[in-house]
Amino acid sequence: MAVKIIKSKNFVETDFVESLAEVPVEEYKPWPENDKLKIVGKPVSRIDAYEKVSGTASYTTDKFLPNMVYGKILRSPHPNAILKNLNTEKAEKLEGVLKILSFKNCPEISWYYDTSLLFDKNLRYQGDEVACVAAISERIALEALKLIEVEYETLPFVTTASEAMMSESPKVHGWGNILDGKPDTYVRGDVEKGFNEADQIIEEEFNTQVVVHNPTEVHCSLANWDDDKLTIWDSTQAIFSVRDTVAASLKIPSSKVRVIKKFMGGGFGSKLEAGKHTIMAALISRDIGKPVFISVDRKEMNLAVGNRPDSNQKLKIGVKKDGTITALSHISYGSVGAYPDSAGCSWPLKTIYLCPNVKTEEYSVLTNSGRSRAMRAPGHVQGTFALEAIIDDAAEKIGMDPLEFRLKNYAETDQVFNVPYTSKKLKDAYLKGAEIIRWKRRNKTPGSQNSEVKNGIGMATQIWWGGGGPPAYAALKLNRDSSINVFAGSQDLGTGTYTFIAQVAAEVLEIPVEKIKVDIGDTDFPYCPLSGGSMTAPSVAPAIRDAAEQMKGKLISAAAAILNLPEEELMYSQGLVSSIKEKDKKISITEIVSKTRNRELITNGAREKNPDGYATNSFGVQFADVSVDTLTGKVKVNKIAAAYDIGRTLNPKTLYNQIHGGIIQGLGYALFEERLLDRKTGKVLTTNLHSYKIPTIKDAPEIEIAIVSQFDPLNSSIGVKGVGEPAIIPTAAAIGNAVYNAIGKRIRSLPITPDKIIKALYS
Amino acid sequence: MNDKSSPRKFSRRKFVQGVSTTIIGSYVLTPGVSKISEKLEAETKEIASGKKPLNLIVNKVRYELMISPETTLAEVLRNELKLTGTKLICNHGECGGCTVLLNGEAIYSCQMLALDAGEKEVTTIEGLLTGEELHPIQKAFVEHDGLQCGYCTPGQIIAAQAILLKNSQPSKEEILTGMSGNLCRCAAYPNILKSVLAAAGYLTEGTNR
Ligand code: FES
Ligand code: FES
Repeated sequence: MAVKIIKSKNFVETDFVESLAEVPVEEYKPWPENDKLKIVGKPVSRIDAYEKVSGTASYTTDKFLPNMVYGKILRSPHPNAILKNLNTEKAEKLEGVLKILSFKNCPEISWYYDTSLLFDKNLRYQGDEVACVAAISERIALEALKLIEVEYETLPFVTTASEAMMSESPKVHGWGNILDGKPDTYVRGDVEKGFNEADQIIEEEFNTQVVVHNPTEVHCSLANWDDDKLTIWDSTQAIFSVRDTVAASLKIPSSKVRVIKKFMGGGFGSKLEAGKHTIMAALISRDIGKPVFISVDRKEMNLAVGNRPDSNQKLKIGVKKDGTITALSHISYGSVGAYPDSAGCSWPLKTIYLCPNVKTEEYSVLTNSGRSRAMRAPGHVQGTFALEAIIDDAAEKIGMDPLEFRLKNYAETDQVFNVPYTSKKLKDAYLKGAEIIRWKRRNKTPGSQNSEVKNGIGMATQIWWGGGGPPAYAALKLNRDSSINVFAGSQDLGTGTYTFIAQVAAEVLEIPVEKIKVDIGDTDFPYCPLSGGSMTAPSVAPAIRDAAEQMKGKLISAAAAILNLPEEELMYSQGLVSSIKEKDKKISITEIVSKTRNRELITNGAREKNPDGYATNSFGVQFADVSVDTLTGKVKVNKIAAAYDIGRTLNPKTLYNQIHGGIIQGLGYALFEERLLDRKTGKVLTTNLHSYKIPTIKDAPEIEIAIVSQFDPLNSSIGVKGVGEPAIIPTAAAIGNAVYNAIGKRIRSLPITPDKIIKALYS
Repeated sequence: MNDKSSPRKFSRRKFVQGVSTTIIGSYVLTPGVSKISEKLEAETKEIASGKKPLNLIVNKVRYELMISPETTLAEVLRNELKLTGTKLICNHGECGGCTVLLNGEAIYSCQMLALDAGEKEVTTIEGLLTGEELHPIQKAFVEHDGLQCGYCTPGQIIAAQAILLKNSQPSKEEILTGMSGNLCRCAAYPNILKSVLAAAGYLTEGTNR
């Protein structure tokens, strides 16, 4: 099979990543619409559901090895402190304690882009790592933590971005509190000119809160050495990143590290990077010669393993009477916590609506609090809330229907890169969503209902990348009984990776899904990208197709040799290779494989390259129907209608489920989720699932979904675009706009809690 | 063997000594006592570790265990019996991940001391199967995709089982209330509801989206 190496540029979360990738030379025609397919696009039950419902699915927390010991981490109780002294003597004497790792005995391992160390004496947030104890039981390890004597020199601290921006404020790092010392800026056209051309200019300020991923499975790793080979079971979205970070940290070759993850209890972005606990487990395990399991608890989950940064956003929009947007500007400040990360949230504003004059400034600000990490559509969720509110307000100002206003400013091409989209069916999504929610019912005059409980309808648009790309590989093994094993170093976060892989292989080879065994989540398998950025399906599915198509080719050439017929005369269908001319000349794949001496046939598939000169994005819209109780201030979301262009649907069953999940998480973000940090003490107040509220089954609204796309004809031979992130992006914005439509007052800060509604209504 | 038939008495001094040296799970640890007869040493170990006998019936199997009194039922299920279907998500009685049946009632096993479950019937997710055959509720969760990552799923299924054991014809409201103590961060809620409705016989085949 011919392959070639190319330079490939893909979007990973919010960055373009350029890499060399091996891609197939041969390119396959895109499949037709799903109703012409047999297995892809059908509601196939998850192939890993049995393990999950029977309790036998082994997550990292469920892995036990003989002799395994447990590690627990001591964390700084202060928002900013210097570690003066550490006395571990008493803790070491505790029966059952095997090792205590701290700055005293740990090699210097650089962390957070060289701004800190694995164990650093500068502790910059409540939760920063001080020491790690390994003991024969978790309880002993926890007991030992209490016996460690620590002397801290506490320092002044800053907890909010606005405070941190002031010159006299304490500095989180010597180099200042603004990442890179300046904002990330973007300019298109001339905004001043644009605002001068406008008939109306609207300026508004929005605030969004910090929220925490809180996946159900805590972050955890189990490390075990055999001689110089290290195996790590890890609850991670990125097995290869973990492998490489561990190898670099321990200064050992990547080939000596194997990372395994078969099942994981969610990630939502928090598990995209190797955790400090993973390195600690590997170091201690090497030292004591026993497997070491380190997990964090729910409090640590809420302090130290990431969050969605908050935002303060100042938006300005210029519009003409006819609805043309003449200029947009955006300045945002977001606190990324104590170590570098990005809090930018301008992207939706740069691209969704047609506008020649755009200017954005994104400040990522450091504060003495837990560092942010990518969280399901980082930046876009915050940015879309503000953008879609001001878009509605602009429409109202010029007396235009918000939907009509959006259609008027519809962008046919990507305005940042000035290239066409591989596909864009947002218009269809708008119309479909409006039909489902019955848009015409909305209050022409917001807040005009006279009842105690007021209803409202609102909408919001989303854009995300989600086109995936190379490199992504898969190996396929065809066995004598015509069953198939697929091996790919991808991850299933609960997103259905196992299942779509089986479906794609089954579709190409026209055999039942039950005959396909999928094995993923192991760095010993062919490389696949991390599972983030909604790029798993669009990257991996085409590689599976390539491997399966090659297998077809192999079967035909083997059949040609066996049947003594030229290859061109043979065709493959449903497990049989037969002659086109003489119908009775045929041979089954079982016979073909049996006749080969190696008992199996193997192929390797690769993801093809993305087309040059195009952008691939997913598009969607959500419409919210809400009721607001004007006496209690409580918002009830009655229904969300979601219409999406996400290319090809691989599996409606898992797809709809994933969209439900995004919407309901978005609802939590809109109405009640919030990490509260006490500004006086610098400590987090919401450290458990009682105080940090996540949606329950009772919060779930009615959800109706429409997929308006068949497939993306250009992005890949499968034509699927990722949906994980698109699902959450517009929810809070749609709910915010619906609340405005109900009560006629704009709540410009999230979450939209009853007190804010009451204040808006009665003050 | 239960508490009452326990053959030994132990002195307050030894008890304190034991607890202070090893405040732990079920590991037998050597206390700081030396030069005593082997038998005495063995006994001392047990006393020093503060262990107590526990007679637990899990999924119809009887287990005789020695455990530290502070061990929770969830810890015994997961660490001792390796029944890891029961998950610890919060370990604080806030999420329902550790839900098991105790004499047919749903309880949070992270909030119950294992000793308090002595002589009672515990059913975990593993206990719902017959051989390799899934229970109808489990089948409903597969068919209606009542899960994503699956980590909360054992707790959800056990909670559903508790509802249906009490009332085979629950109203939708009763189902929602019964399930509201089980958090699902993936928010597979619409399909969880659908799965429970199907298990109660309210849905017909083919409505699997
Ligand atoms: S783990 Fe027991 S209720 Fe959360
Ligand atoms: S399925 Fe992931 S937490 Fe419920």
